[in-house]
Amino acid sequence: MFSSCADPKSIEGLQWLLCYLTSGKHLDFYWSFVTVLTLLAITAPVALAFGFVGALASRSPLLPVRLVGQGYTGMVRGIPDIVFFLFFVIALDQGIEWMTHQIRCPDWTEPIRQGLEFRVCPEAKVPQNSAAQIWHSIYGFGLAIFTFSLVFGAFAANVLTGAMQAVPRAQLETGESYGMSQRQVLHRILVPQMWVYALPGLSNLWMILIKATPLLFLLGVRDIVYWARELGGSKTQAYEYPHSDWRLYYFLFLLCFYLAMTHFSGLVLARVSQRLSRGQATAAGEAQRKAAT
Amino acid sequence: MKKLILTTALLALTAGAAMAQTIRLGTEGAYPPFNFINDAGEVAGFERDVGDELCKRAALTCEWVTNDWDSIIPNLQSGNYDVIIAGMSITAERDEVINFSENYFPPAASAYAASAADADIETGVVSAQVGTIQAGYVAESGATLLEFATPDESVAAVRNGEAVAVFADKDFLAPIVAESGGALMMVGDPVQLGGGIGLGLRDSDTELKAKFDIAIKAMKADGSLNVLIEKHFGPATAKF
Repeated sequence: MFSSCADPKSIEGLQWLLCYLTSGKHLDFYWSFVTVLTLLAITAPVALAFGFVGALASRSPLLPVRLVGQGYTGMVRGIPDIVFFLFFVIALDQGIEWMTHQIRCPDWTEPIRQGLEFRVCPEAKVPQNSAAQIWHSIYGFGLAIFTFSLVFGAFAANVLTGAMQAVPRAQLETGESYGMSQRQVLHRILVPQMWVYALPGLSNLWMILIKATPLLFLLGVRDIVYWARELGGSKTQAYEYPHSDWRLYYFLFLLCFYLAMTHFSGLVLARVSQRLSRGQATAAGEAQRKAAT
Repeated sequence: MKKLILTTALLALTAGAAMAQTIRLGTEGAYPPFNFINDAGEVAGFERDVGDELCKRAALTCEWVTNDWDSIIPNLQSGNYDVIIAGMSITAERDEVINFSENYFPPAASAYAASAADADIETGVVSAQVGTIQAGYVAESGATLLEFATPDESVAAVRNGEAVAVFADKDFLAPIVAESGGALMMVGDPVQLGGGIGLGLRDSDTELKAKFDIAIKAMKADGSLNVLIEKHFGPATAKF
């Protein structure tokens, strides 16, 4: 990055360290933190949306909708995360290519599955072979986000179902007695009041989501764990910046990063919880009332 | 008139497809001097040079992709990339699932590296990378096999005492042993394994295999392959 780092073999000490920490590979390492934070920023609301849909579906009076909702939560919660991830990402990738194959190459005579190969016509490959690697990376990342959201959405659906059932029946009956329709009761009374009951479960899920981001590494996305392992391994003179096994320091840095993330999240969620407890008939709400008098 | 437009359109499409044939080359990126990711973040090493040259000779546009070793063959078959160029030795077992091109590196020796000259490689714990011919060889010898996902980790296991020795390609271990300052040393006799290193291709990609075979033969014939071997492995390595 700096012109003084042009010949790394001739510098030593602190300058070597500075040049090392600003080499191209290390810049990729720092950008991968942005990747992880982007994953969290996109997955959280999408998972919440999936969870909402799943929770409402599970409570629906219509049997098929209810089965879909309960099937979704049961299946995702019942299968280990890693197994679901590895299976689902491959299945989704092949499923999308299979569909585009049916659309774009209707007269392709060879079978798609040949022996161990999955071979669609070149126009149906998503992304195209000729696309730059960045698009392949973005597509892989997108698949990962979708899978993360699906998995955490199932857990969120469970939390939200429990929260919706925890809202006192008296509140809903009051709404009904005022002549509100079921939808109005849902919008105006159930959903606003369920948040305080949902928050402990959702904040727990958020912490688990933070800790689950290394699954990106399993999916082949170049996240912080990938770079830490790559950069930390001992390097011979074939590299510009040879060094011994520094994996301990890199993983220690990751440890501190994750601790800081979860600590900061804990602080923010505690604030939100306080805010939502105002006026509620929970222990926290009661404590606020006592403190005010 | 309609036929004319249709045929020109078809020709344009197919011609376009032929010119813009991008081949994706999959490599591991963790096996210097064969392939590694340099400090600028790009794929580098012997196979980078060979791959670029082969693509130039076969008139293909090539894109480099990295993939972890243990999923490198399944991802080839899923179509994530078109060629495996990752120091993969030609073996009968692998030939059952994928096709190999001609070898572009002669059959080479694998050796043991240990932290002590009297390390017990016959019956002790020997580390190797998972899914390699070296791992298969250790499993069939009397030693206890300890497998790791990356070659780096298999060497680190010897340094921290988890294994008494590591069994890997001699060309991979030589620079590591030389730079270890006496901490690691070669022990035992080298073992010839595999039929040289070749490109891995899908069974159905016969056209691509033919193109690469022609290019590799040409590189062997005019000596440019030997020049690259000497550049990355030193003058003492076996050449074509």
